[in-house]
Amino acid sequence: MQLTDEQKAEIAVNRANYEKLKAAGQGAAPRALPELTKKDGAPIPDGAVVARETVPGGWYHYGRLARGETLRLSTASGRASASLVAWNAHDVSERINHADSVKVQWSAALRKGRVILSDMGKVVFSIVEDTSGAHDALVGGSTAAANAKKYGGDFRNTRDNLILAAGKLGLSRADLPLPVTFFAPLDIDGAGRFVWNEAKRAQDDFVDLRAEQDLLVAISNCPHPFDPAPDYAPGPLELTRFRLPVPADDFCRSGSAENIRAFQNTDAALA
Amino acid sequence: MSQIICVPSPRDAADAILDFEIPAKKPWSHVVRKGQTLRIVDLHGQQAVDTLFYRADDFNERYSAQDTLREQGSAYVVAGTALISNEGRVMARVVANTGGAHDTSAGACSCESNTVRFGHHVKYQHACRENFVMEVTKYGLSKRDIPPNINFFMNVPVELGGNLAIVDGESKPGDYVELVAEMDILCVISNCPQINNPCNGFHPTPIRALIWEAAKA
Repeated sequence: MQLTDEQKAEIAVNRANYEKLKAAGQGAAPRALPELTKKDGAPIPDGAVVARETVPGGWYHYGRLARGETLRLSTASGRASASLVAWNAHDVSERINHADSVKVQWSAALRKGRVILSDMGKVVFSIVEDTSGAHDALVGGSTAAANAKKYGGDFRNTRDNLILAAGKLGLSRADLPLPVTFFAPLDIDGAGRFVWNEAKRAQDDFVDLRAEQDLLVAISNCPHPFDPAPDYAPGPLELTRFRLPVPADDFCRSGSAENIRAFQNTDAALA
Repeated sequence: MSQIICVPSPRDAADAILDFEIPAKKPWSHVVRKGQTLRIVDLHGQQAVDTLFYRADDFNERYSAQDTLREQGSAYVVAGTALISNEGRVMARVVANTGGAHDTSAGACSCESNTVRFGHHVKYQHACRENFVMEVTKYGLSKRDIPPNINFFMNVPVELGGNLAIVDGESKPGDYVELVAEMDILCVISNCPQINNPCNGFHPTPIRALIWEAAKA
């Protein structure tokens, strides 16, 4: 393949730009990621609570969140895993995109300070508090077949839960995007194999997801497919929906050049 | 990822029932019947080929990156990988591969995500999602039917701790990947037009698709 001098010059410029973006994106520009939240570090004032719900192990939640509302996912038992999908309530063709979320942020490690993006270059959720930092964006949830193989029987699973939750929001199985799963400590080793790190699960973990658009939300509380526990014994998932003002120095809105641009897109679309 | 095993194919291009060159930056789609083999050739090297599969008689069943990685237990598409649908069924298997590890976690580029990744000045550049929308709408599908795809010949190592980035591709001119369909599948390809990262060596080039009939018993 012969390239002209002009093409070579354009390639050199684009490569230099990319290397600069990568160095910033995997570095600490403009701000280093925040420390994880302490267990007692983010109490919700009583007056801020809009609604509470407890999802039993193996079950699901479906509902709406208004822009600016936050959903706290808590696991008092340390035995819940929450697989979550969401759609723009006003245009359900826009939905979370796990691939764009990890690619744009240069990391598969969703955690405090990062965001979950839609397929339209906009922010769906900001991860504003997080005691765990151990979540899975790559592998998704359980299925009937995977559970049957693992536990030897018919057990409630994330794929079916999300189909049911989507159905009750007026959506079809074809509308389901692939989920991200909170409280699922999945690491990757040097050979690219997924490795479960049970030590990163703890009682009283929680994560706060602030809705950055009006959303439809579906959550399944089933054991992650890589959870090595031999018995099917998911704990309850506690949900708290609340509303607090966005701090002026909000990290998710300002932590990286990518997040800043994603919020520019989001704010412009909602202006 | 130099430990990826190279598995060459015994098939002869002269026996193929279809042999088509997909121009740089363009989409393509074709139904691959159960038992047929699809080969995608990276003619000039370092060319990402964004690829999706739909069950030919029920488009609601489609390729699932997460189901594929869950069943495999590891993060890359290589020789031997079973490509799994959102209903948990095997759609196709990778039977030959000379092009290194293929990504299935980083999705397709779009005008919209490009603005977030590279800046708003790149908004009006061609992107894989434009190709996918143009191609899937021929079959009555829409943007909402486009899930995260496989990126053949795109090199995205995921590091311990989660960092990932698209880095220079490992495929050389003529490298290929081959799949055998395990059900009738609609294969939809975007020959990636991205010029802002190394997935195409910053210079998109043509690829070639070949199909062979099922081996006779």
